[in-house]
Amino acid sequence: MFPRKFDYVAPSSLDETVDALKGAGFAKVMSGGMSLLPLMKLRLVSPELVVDIGRIPGLDQISEEGDMLTIGALVRHYQTAGSEKVPAALAAAAAYTGDVQVRNRGTTVGAVVHGDLAADQPAAVLALGGVIVVQGPNGVREIPATDFFVDTLTTAIEPDEVATAIKVPKGGSSAYDKLGRRGGHTDYAVAGAAAWVKKDNGNITECRVALTGVAGRPTLAEGTAEAMVGTDGSAGAIAEAASKAADGVSVLEDLYGSEEYKAHLATVYAKRALTLALNE
Amino acid sequence: MTVNDRSVSGDIDPRTLLVHFIRENLNLTGTHIGCETSYCGACTVMFDGRTVKSCTVLAVAADGATITTIEGLAKNGQLHAVQEGFWERHGLQCGFCTPGMIMAAVGLLEENNNPSEDEIRHGIEGNLCRCTGYHNIVKAIEYAGAKLRGEEPPPAEWEVSA
Repeated sequence: MFPRKFDYVAPSSLDETVDALKGAGFAKVMSGGMSLLPLMKLRLVSPELVVDIGRIPGLDQISEEGDMLTIGALVRHYQTAGSEKVPAALAAAAAYTGDVQVRNRGTTVGAVVHGDLAADQPAAVLALGGVIVVQGPNGVREIPATDFFVDTLTTAIEPDEVATAIKVPKGGSSAYDKLGRRGGHTDYAVAGAAAWVKKDNGNITECRVALTGVAGRPTLAEGTAEAMVGTDGSAGAIAEAASKAADGVSVLEDLYGSEEYKAHLATVYAKRALTLALNE
Repeated sequence: MTVNDRSVSGDIDPRTLLVHFIRENLNLTGTHIGCETSYCGACTVMFDGRTVKSCTVLAVAADGATITTIEGLAKNGQLHAVQEGFWERHGLQCGFCTPGMIMAAVGLLEENNNPSEDEIRHGIEGNLCRCTGYHNIVKAIEYAGAKLRGEEPPPAEWEVSA
């Protein structure tokens, strides 16, 4: 089982990548290929051109600049999972992505740009208030995660752009938890939640909670976040806020659960992620 | 690329998957093709020292890489500790998943040569055994871990109960 025929280029710089994408027909950028290649093998996606960024030097770094952490486009899941610099929500989401072999090859940026509705790291980046850095013919732009996930497998990245990095702020505390399709943390999420909180003088001043596997895209649980702000983050406050996790969210049923079950899991995992974050 | 310490090359279609290159161009058929959807792990090989599923890597992406397959584990006629473990602890039934399972175990033990049972079970989460012979596979990896640490492996269960 192999993909339809395609042309292949492996540029040695981001500028060359943008040049390769310019004027190409249906082109796809590949980093680790853990999401793209299975789709191509099943012939659900058949690009005319694969632009393999795997040989571009310097993209495999996690670097700090001021209060932001930059994760390059070739940082693999195991690196994100094992880095002490990476906020806990994203490190856990990377550790729960795929299996050992997938984490050895797949990239954090690739998983985010792929935008699967049940993937782990997109929700973490959304909760952390991250931005996706993309480069195209008009230069570099930064897209906030809140604007990035448009719909299922659809993001704000243009066909002639390449994602070069993700930036996440370092402050606050965070956590991610999920129910995997094969139980525990294994496989894509039936549902999961990432939480990020900032505390001042014992009170929560800022909060974001993002859900995965619940709606058609990674989605903020705004009702929960709003209800958390101003509280002391006690178990009672978390339970009260988490009960609003599915409020205003277009919950979708799938093979793994009904709408009602998914909405229930949203509240359960919002609660667990918030509890973990506040005890980080 | 370098495969099992041998420098190899080939002129291939970009859509050639690494597993096909290994099996068909290099005639190393120990690496198996199982599910082809990156679930089962039968095609696991080492790519620059880390395990990958070779059915989900383009062969062209491995240009210049160092690959180790199941055929490259034994040295000078001496089985690798993990191969020995599978032999001694009966870590296989039909044997189809075995090459990938062994490669996954090698990858796991290179990072942590003293894993708990839980860590072993999570370490082979990317490999399916449809005989469901996981119990002895875990025992085989425990055996190999002890060998790699220079310790006496725990006795086989059938020796203990006898």
